[in-house]
Amino acid sequence: MGAATETFYSVIRRQGITRRSFHKFCSLTATSLGLGPLAASRIANALETKPRVPVIWMHGLECTCCSESFIRSAHPLVKDAVLSMISLDYDDTIMAAAGHQAEAILEETRAKHKGQYILAVEGNPPLNEGGMFCIDGGKPFVEKLKMMAEDAMAIIAWGACASWGCVQAAKPNPTQATPIDKVITNKPIIKVPGCPPIAEVMTGVVTFITTFGKLPELDRQGRPKMFYSQRIHDKCYRRPHFDAGQFVEEWDDESARKGYCLYKMGCKGPTTYNACSTVRWNGGVSFPIQSGHGCIGCSEDGFWDKGSFYDRLTNIKQFGIEKNADQIGMVAAGAVGAAVAAHAAVTAVKRLATKREDADHNS
Amino acid sequence: MMDAVAPASDARPDLAAIAADASGERAVGRPTVYVYEAPVRICHWVNAFSIIVLMVTGYLIGTPLPTVAGEASDNFVMGYIRFAHFAAGQVLAVFFLTRILWAFVGNHHSRQIFYIPVHRKQFWKEVLHEIRWYAFLEREPKMYVGHNPLAQTAMFTGFTLFVAFMIVTGFALYSEGQGIDSWQYKLFGWVFAIWPNSQDVHTWHHLGMWALVVFVMVHIYAAIREDIMSRQSIISSMISGERQFRD
Repeated sequence: MGAATETFYSVIRRQGITRRSFHKFCSLTATSLGLGPLAASRIANALETKPRVPVIWMHGLECTCCSESFIRSAHPLVKDAVLSMISLDYDDTIMAAAGHQAEAILEETRAKHKGQYILAVEGNPPLNEGGMFCIDGGKPFVEKLKMMAEDAMAIIAWGACASWGCVQAAKPNPTQATPIDKVITNKPIIKVPGCPPIAEVMTGVVTFITTFGKLPELDRQGRPKMFYSQRIHDKCYRRPHFDAGQFVEEWDDESARKGYCLYKMGCKGPTTYNACSTVRWNGGVSFPIQSGHGCIGCSEDGFWDKGSFYDRLTNIKQFGIEKNADQIGMVAAGAVGAAVAAHAAVTAVKRLATKREDADHNS
Repeated sequence: MMDAVAPASDARPDLAAIAADASGERAVGRPTVYVYEAPVRICHWVNAFSIIVLMVTGYLIGTPLPTVAGEASDNFVMGYIRFAHFAAGQVLAVFFLTRILWAFVGNHHSRQIFYIPVHRKQFWKEVLHEIRWYAFLEREPKMYVGHNPLAQTAMFTGFTLFVAFMIVTGFALYSEGQGIDSWQYKLFGWVFAIWPNSQDVHTWHHLGMWALVVFVMVHIYAAIREDIMSRQSIISSMISGERQFRD
């Protein structure tokens, strides 16, 4: 994991591919993309001169599930992403170097590739007690994060932790764990939420940046549009059962066996933006709903604080007792209904009394 | 802009003058004033119908009917319920907008439900009087051509604000299905900047429905009660447009 800038070409040559094959590849790519005759030499030129993007991968308060997911990517294979596409200069979990040797790489990258490296952050910094709840390399993680963010080109916020806060930021959030975009405000941040994010989505984002040399188009919330612009529900293979009104009413009923919609079991698919229902997991084998369990909405903001994974409605705790919107609404409507009835009764009584009074008065 | 908050002298229609029209004699017919113009009445009933459809279908979207048997391709229950909800929502939005536009061209009563004259002491005094009337502390209500001040306050919050909130959150939720390139998302996507998790928007949309249920109950009760108890017509006014005064 040398910090020297390598081009794609040198990596390709190192992997035993001849210059002749390299040029064949460039011509073939240009032809298959329908580009003009000059494009082949341009592609070759770009691959020969463009440096691989240096990436620094840091870990804050997290569980490493993002890394675990990442290393299982099948398209592209993670070995291609890590060894060929990017120059992963620092990742304290999977790098060979350790201690001062490892920490020195940070300084080196920062000086050498000022404004050119990507800072990938897994997990988030806790801000309470001066950041003392997450010490990394002898100092609070938040300081390390701010230091490396200073000279980064862009930041990738891996997972629900870095994007939204996730479990360590769930109420009451004792360590004041804070998502990256609330700490670093002067750099472009790509949120790749999920707990963990899908492996292919992670490598897909990296591939996009290295291939096109720019950041992917982001939605309003800072997530790449290509993976997060639709809900699980929109592309769910059980959607026809939803439209038909066929639902699993309880676990292991006939409907569950038939693979009906899990909406009534609290599936968060209709409110969750992710690519699970299209890309799926483990090389496209399955995803939660396909396994018979509802989506828990792990890529959404504050998904730990929205009540049970098996309820459709959020719990509202402002009233002392935990109730959902429908329970509160029915109580309110019932109370108002009773009040209206009582008021009507009193009105009727009063009216009778007044009439009698008037009658007495007149006579 | 002098309608509801008019001091008592204005709020009280000049009964003598109206009565005098009936050839100087004491009026046999009861004095009437044209209050609600046709577009106001049409909007009222279309909105009322849409809101009822929206409440029923909305509840059924949140809490679907029992599972239907048979092939998925033979049934479209949720599809029809959602279609009815979306269609009624768009109708409500169009007629709510029409109603706002009419406030600019219609008579001064048509503007009443879009503001509360918070800065006028007299207005709050009369609100208090109305509250006392409802608390059985006043023997007689005052007479108003348009809404009484308490009704104006209730209409502004219970109808104008709540329905606007439901239309905005409703279109935001609808935009999720239409996609982020849709005009719905471009116009209403900012709702998700306030609540990044759409589940929260759903929750608020649910609460808004119940707030409207409460409004509708109070609205209908007050209309019926005032029709009987107060000194002016209420329900028939929303059909004919004319308010009849009796004493």
